[in-house]
Amino acid sequence: MNGLERHTIAVLVDNEPGILARVVGLFSGRGYNIESLTVAEVDRRNSLSRITIVTSGTRMIIEQIKAQLQRLVPVHKVLDLTDEGPFVEREMMLIKVEGKGDVRIEALRLADIFRARVVDSTIESFVFELTGSAEKLNAFIALMEPLGLVEISRTGAVAISRGTTSL
Amino acid sequence: MSAEPISGADIVIKALVDQGVDVVFGYPGGAVLPIYDALFKQNALRHILVRHEQGAVHAAEGYARSTGRVGVVLVTSGPGATNAVTGLTDALMDSVPIVCLTGQVPTHLIGNDAFQEADTTGITRPCTKHNYLVKDVRDLSRMIHEAFYVAKSGRPGPVVIDLPKDVLFALGPYSHPEDARHKSYRPQVIPDQARVAQAVEMITAAKKPLFYGGGGLINSGAEACAGFTEVVRRTDAPCTLTLMGLGAFPAADPHFLGMVGMHGTYEANMAMHDCDLLIAVGARFDDRVTGRLNAFSPGSKKIHIDIDPSSINKNVRVDLPIVGDVGQVMAAMLETSPRAGAGLDRSEWWRHIEEWRAQDCLRYDRSCRGVIKPQYAIERLYALTRGHDVYVTTEVGQHQMWAAQFFKFDKPHHWMTSGGLGTMGYGLPAAIGVQIAHPEALVVDIAGEASILMNIQEMSTVAQYRLPVKLFILNNQYMGMVRQWQELLHGGRYSESYTAALPDFVKLAEAFGANGRRIENPAEMDDAISWMLKTPGAVILDVAVDPKENCFPMIPSGAAHNEMLLGPKDEAEQPVSEEGMVLV
Ligand SMILES: Cc1ncc(C[n+]2csc(CCOP(=O)(O)OP(=O)(O)O)c2C)c(N)n1
Ligand SMILES: [Mg+2]
Repeated sequence: MNGLERHTIAVLVDNEPGILARVVGLFSGRGYNIESLTVAEVDRRNSLSRITIVTSGTRMIIEQIKAQLQRLVPVHKVLDLTDEGPFVEREMMLIKVEGKGDVRIEALRLADIFRARVVDSTIESFVFELTGSAEKLNAFIALMEPLGLVEISRTGAVAISRGTTSL
Repeated sequence: MSAEPISGADIVIKALVDQGVDVVFGYPGGAVLPIYDALFKQNALRHILVRHEQGAVHAAEGYARSTGRVGVVLVTSGPGATNAVTGLTDALMDSVPIVCLTGQVPTHLIGNDAFQEADTTGITRPCTKHNYLVKDVRDLSRMIHEAFYVAKSGRPGPVVIDLPKDVLFALGPYSHPEDARHKSYRPQVIPDQARVAQAVEMITAAKKPLFYGGGGLINSGAEACAGFTEVVRRTDAPCTLTLMGLGAFPAADPHFLGMVGMHGTYEANMAMHDCDLLIAVGARFDDRVTGRLNAFSPGSKKIHIDIDPSSINKNVRVDLPIVGDVGQVMAAMLETSPRAGAGLDRSEWWRHIEEWRAQDCLRYDRSCRGVIKPQYAIERLYALTRGHDVYVTTEVGQHQMWAAQFFKFDKPHHWMTSGGLGTMGYGLPAAIGVQIAHPEALVVDIAGEASILMNIQEMSTVAQYRLPVKLFILNNQYMGMVRQWQELLHGGRYSESYTAALPDFVKLAEAFGANGRRIENPAEMDDAISWMLKTPGAVILDVAVDPKENCFPMIPSGAAHNEMLLGPKDEAEQPVSEEGMVLV
């Protein structure tokens, strides 16, 4: 009952000024965790944005988070993907690795295994683009570290339910 | 849509009138001058000029809570808006429907640190139910109508509309309230029938049920309170109320156990601890009510009826949540079981309750050796105001708790106090709002001498509108509640809690054109109250009370309901736990 659970929550909101501040303020004001948060408009015609929040807390806190989100006036729908059956979760990362000689070759070889794409290269550096679960991204980072990792930029997770159900 | 475009300021007035607003509490300034100009040219709206914007919000709260309607506030940008923040937070905590219009610098200056600019929507985001920044006059009427809808539907609360000055001058179309419905905000009002039926079954099956009603009942309205009263009586169950719920159930009814919580009655708290079924109705398991959570009502199943799903399972796990308007739920319960309660035998439970009642937990030293006990003052005030249509507001402190304990309410909407936020300075402006809404009624602010000074400037508003409000000050020369905690928790080191250099309240009354009187002897009590009631116009009655009196019973912070302190003797014997010390 008191164990921490990690949940991915999708929130459909009016794309209006201040909505992100409202959601973020709710989390900071009430002391909830945010592991990651992504947002972008998904319905231009109705001016709706989708926020994907990865959070963790006890079952009671997770229920609170959903109820509190639902209470925000510009929020249309709140869906707990973790609870609502199978879903796909993906994150994108750009990662810069610096190095020469063998190190470069090793980095390229590992990138290939992870299906990371090279999106920029100089004689001394690569920028890889990698998409996948957070664990996959973390594993890749761990491998790049000894090879000259210098910079990481991650999007945070986006997620969607499997099958025909929709938000 | 009306054909002719009109100015933003005129749209504001028209929208307010169409929303049925008859009075606005406000204070002018540069950014809202166009609205004040529009106000000047019309007669449908009355403007009450307060003396501080915090007072405007509390006055609107008093108006709202005594009428069940939305209270409206109008303030200028920058300091006008920031001064309103305490009132807005108060309204949010106590779920009071308020629409607050704030001026703003013109749109092209927003973000430039312009004169009297404040990020009002940023500052008020966490202390409003919702807020708007109107950047285009074409959105203005829709946003105002939406604001009213949001403020009063679901769990009510304050809504801010920030109005840049250029928008007030711009010409735009006006749309009527019917054309403006919020896109998506639809709180659940109608309860799930199956759950209602289950609740009725649980109540019938319970041996030791207890109803625990809160401010949600008052917000839902007189009919909800009547439904609640009927449910309690039919099921022959005892009933307690929170500070915010007082008046939702007639205090004179034998089913009523008094207020619950930190300064609630012994019988209410013991019943909460020992019941086997707790039915929370429009109450939110606030920490002042529950005491130590892990010892809260340990043996009970819990039903929670509330319009706000986020209040359910927040502090206390419940077995049966019912989301909906409490009035609708009460009606559904009565319909589900027209004769629930017939043949119920609760005599065993009532026998326990009578034993707790026999403790007579509100007793105090009535011998009155020349000093006025604060409890006595309120008892006499209560007795001598029977036969009046009396509304009571309070400030915050011991006097507030004594008022809650000793003034009995039989009807909703007659008791206004700052519960969630505990805002000293609430009572006088709230009384102004109540008196404006009910010009013929008797309105009394039961005050402390420290609190009353927090918004004393509102005496000038009282004078301007010739409001006959009565300030009943229990003057113990201390921030009594602070002094009580220092006695209990800090070895009697009364750090900064003595209210030195108090004004002469009689002269102060006179300075504002009101009547003042001070009494120090219990023998004068009745005469002074009668004089206060007879005297037309505003009155300050400065009642010198026992400076050392403490408010009992008390559940100290971090303690459970069955660990109440009943009087000074318990206080000496039961030191507060270390965990309790850190709690507020
Ligand atoms: C604005 C504000 N500041 C501080 C407090 C903390 N506080 C709670 S009760 C109290 C003392 C109130 O004194 P008084 O009005 O004389 O009432 P009494 O307790 O003596 O009846 C104080 C300072 C508060 N509730 N509100
Ligand atoms: Mg005092």
